[in-house]
Amino acid sequence: MNLTPIFIIWYRDVLRFFREKSQLLTALFRPALWLFAFGMGLRPSFKNIHGFNYIQFVFPGVIAMTLIFTSIGSGISIIWDREFGFLKEIMVAPIPRTWIVLGKSLSGSTLAMIQGGCVLLFAPLVGVHISFSEVLICLLVMFLVSMSLTGLGIILAARMTSFEGFGAIMNFIIMPLYFLSGAIFPLHGIPFWLYLISILNPLTYGVDLLRGAMLHIHQFSYLLSSLFLLSFFIVMLTGALFSLKYET
Amino acid sequence: MKDLSITVKNLVKNYKDVQAVQGIDFSVNQGEIFGFLGPNGAGKTTTIKMLCTLLRPTSGEAFVGGFNILKDPMKVRKVIGIIFQEPTLDDRLTAYENLKFHGFLYGLKKEFLEKQIDKMLELVELSDKKNLYVKTFSGGMKRRLELARGLLHTPKILFLDEPTLGLDPQTRLHIWSYLSSLKKNGNVSLFLTTHYLDEAENCDRIAIIDHGRIAALDTPNKLKSQVHGEMVILKTENNEIAQTFLKKEMGLNPILDGNKIRVELQEAEKWLPKLLREIPVEVESLTLHRATLEDVFIKLTGKEIREEEGSWKDRARVIMRSRLK
Ligand SMILES: Nc1ncnc2c1ncn2[C@@H]1O[C@H](COP(=O)(O)OP(=O)(O)OP(=O)(O)O)[C@@H](O)[C@H]1O
Ligand SMILES: [Mg+2]
Repeated sequence: MNLTPIFIIWYRDVLRFFREKSQLLTALFRPALWLFAFGMGLRPSFKNIHGFNYIQFVFPGVIAMTLIFTSIGSGISIIWDREFGFLKEIMVAPIPRTWIVLGKSLSGSTLAMIQGGCVLLFAPLVGVHISFSEVLICLLVMFLVSMSLTGLGIILAARMTSFEGFGAIMNFIIMPLYFLSGAIFPLHGIPFWLYLISILNPLTYGVDLLRGAMLHIHQFSYLLSSLFLLSFFIVMLTGALFSLKYET
Repeated sequence: MKDLSITVKNLVKNYKDVQAVQGIDFSVNQGEIFGFLGPNGAGKTTTIKMLCTLLRPTSGEAFVGGFNILKDPMKVRKVIGIIFQEPTLDDRLTAYENLKFHGFLYGLKKEFLEKQIDKMLELVELSDKKNLYVKTFSGGMKRRLELARGLLHTPKILFLDEPTLGLDPQTRLHIWSYLSSLKKNGNVSLFLTTHYLDEAENCDRIAIIDHGRIAALDTPNKLKSQVHGEMVILKTENNEIAQTFLKKEMGLNPILDGNKIRVELQEAEKWLPKLLREIPVEVESLTLHRATLEDVFIKLTGKEIREEEGSWKDRARVIMRSRLK
């Protein structure tokens, strides 16, 4: 089977990312800013958590943030392609819809991994020391989270007919997903209803696994988190694979 | 059915409250240039989208390149190339990258692809722009690049939805010269839509489509002869004498129209000298009016295609703008 169509769909997104210098800079600058602002600004008002200061605690959360924004954004970029007509060029090509989704999911997760990976490089600077095998675990978790979220972006994009819904998606999906994932505050001592939402949020388990690998603190068992994350991954990818219809 | 490129049987498409295509039948022969001529909203794009497997028909069936559009969409897509009405290039890639993307999507082999890219760029005279970003291209250059891209994978059937809309006359001529060279060189069949009457003349056969129905389908010449042959419009110093002469001596059927006489005349070139020699009154003016597709259009649909010129221009402008983005 000739898989070059998947490759070229992936390649176009990656090429465009590296070509767009401002995008590249934002991608690197944003996490640095968050780390700095969060860490420096909130550090005084937080007690040490399990012996870690706030910057260290929030570090996995900043990686998660990078992954969320980049991958959902990449998935949703299908709307731009539709808006500028390019999607028709892809849709009329003699390849299954599922290949288009695979190419897009891979490019979305590649870009998210590149940016998440850059943040990971800051680890020693903030006093987070990770062994090589832990780095591998982090990368695996990051990959699953990025693929799933790119899939989510694609599912959303397939349903949206214009770019107007984008703000709504930002406010009602991306932000809540992020804030209620345990990325920026620990999930104990919070109101029960918030806790309830958090444990239903699949990202919570991704964040928990990352924090477990980096700081060895985690709220849920590794097994439970892995199962949740894997199910999320399977559901999102399957959903995305079949979200592009005959007519889109 | 073997050498028919396209066969369409009672094809229907209803949107929620619009009956865009209301049961059309036609077929396109191999190597033919087949045109769809019709005003805004006639259902041209809707038909093309159905044939290209981007839109499901409400009912009816169609075969493209011998394959059923509903049962074998993948095979249909392999044998067609398409130039959409709206621009579909990636502005942030170069011309070369757009073509390469296309070639990979269609699974072309690397060496063949490179050769083909150069060949197509040469055809549309963009070889020197190969490595420039498409966002720096003019509307006409973009359209030519789209044509090169549509042909890159050597399709058997090329669909062109308003290939020259919004382009200046010179670029339009250019595009038509590429299209005619295609016809000369190979077996590619062209299905195109247009609202330019002069372009419709270049087609082997045209279908006039209005409100989702085909009002007529034939060669441009046959269509024109349906309306009337050639019309002679005369003004003489005494129209009544002239009228009697034309009726009695020439066996014609002249009609008095204001201070002019209109008379239909088959093979006007042959009969005009005789008429002028023998008419007993002084002829003050004479014009010969050949039937145009415009006349055909008026006769069939009761309106001028140009009535909508204004809106055409506006739309052309909108499209150009989006091309320039
Ligand atoms: N997605 C859609 N939803 C609802 N109605 C549609 C849709 N697309 C087209 N139509 C309607 O279907 C009719 C035919 O549209 P179509 O685009 O096929 O016309 P056209 O002949 O290509 O016109 P133009 O020359 O303006 O491109 C129009 O009345 C149009 O408003
Ligand atoms: Mg149209």
